Amino acid sequence: MTSLSGVEILLVEDNPNDVELTLRALQKQNLASKVFVVKDGAEALEFIFATGNYSVRKIDDHPKVILLDLKLPKVDGIEVLRKIKADPRTKDMPVVMLTSSQEERDVIETYKLGVNSYIVKPVDFSNFVHAVSELGLYWGLLNKVPY
Amino acid sequence: MQEQELDILLVEDNPNDAELTQRALRKTDIGARLLIARDGAEAIERVLTEGLRPRVIFLDLKLPKIDGMEVLRRIRADERTRQIPVVVLTSSQEERDINESYKLGVNSYVVKPVEFDKFYKTVSDLGTYWLVLNKTPL
Repeated sequence: MTSLSGVEILLVEDNPNDVELTLRALQKQNLASKVFVVKDGAEALEFIFATGNYSVRKIDDHPKVILLDLKLPKVDGIEVLRKIKADPRTKDMPVVMLTSSQEERDVIETYKLGVNSYIVKPVDFSNFVHAVSELGLYWGLLNKVPY
Repeated sequence: MQEQELDILLVEDNPNDAELTQRALRKTDIGARLLIARDGAEAIERVLTEGLRPRVIFLDLKLPKIDGMEVLRRIRADERTRQIPVVVLTSSQEERDINESYKLGVNSYVVKPVEFDKFYKTVSDLGTYWLVLNKTPL
């Protein structure tokens, strides 16, 4: 696991299988060493805002992208997104929803809150790996962030 | 609401870049339906006046008549269009432009590679990402 500083991709995911698969896909792009995984929404907020267990972090040490699941324990993905986009210190961080939900309601709600992109997790194994590696390349290499 | 009839609105005044972008997208097999607006005023006309709803807008910054930043500002200021994904695609690497674009709520900011092959590759990656992977609200 990565150290707490210089994290490039924050993965917020409670399903261990999806975590495993995501890390494997990112490994192929040599991005896995820069990933940090948190397993629920409350921990995600502590990481992002550098509080609680993550108070040693600097709040402006932003990852290049946050991959955020919707259904999460403690605090759900929508609420995590809302908090990130409502705070001037964190609102410019790219957030990508990575979820199994195809519901139009979720898509609309997250775009309203200012999500940067919304990806439906492919059910099929190889499609999932392919999608995640495209995702990693796009936000890890192609996209430019303002920090 | 109905399915979008346009995939990409490319806002680009440089004919070479527009041509290259079009060619790169054609190669990807996505079958992207593309429309080119040659300046900021035309982009605003298409989206805000005519009500065109592309699945993504690729927006250059330096544009005749109305610049890209102003186009982005107006799209984000309007309830009907604020959810359309906008990707700034520009040769500017200036921190000021990157900051300003994010402040205005851009979805992504991509610098045009100078080299031909890389430009081509970047555009096809962009097309694949925003048309195949990303989901836009209908």
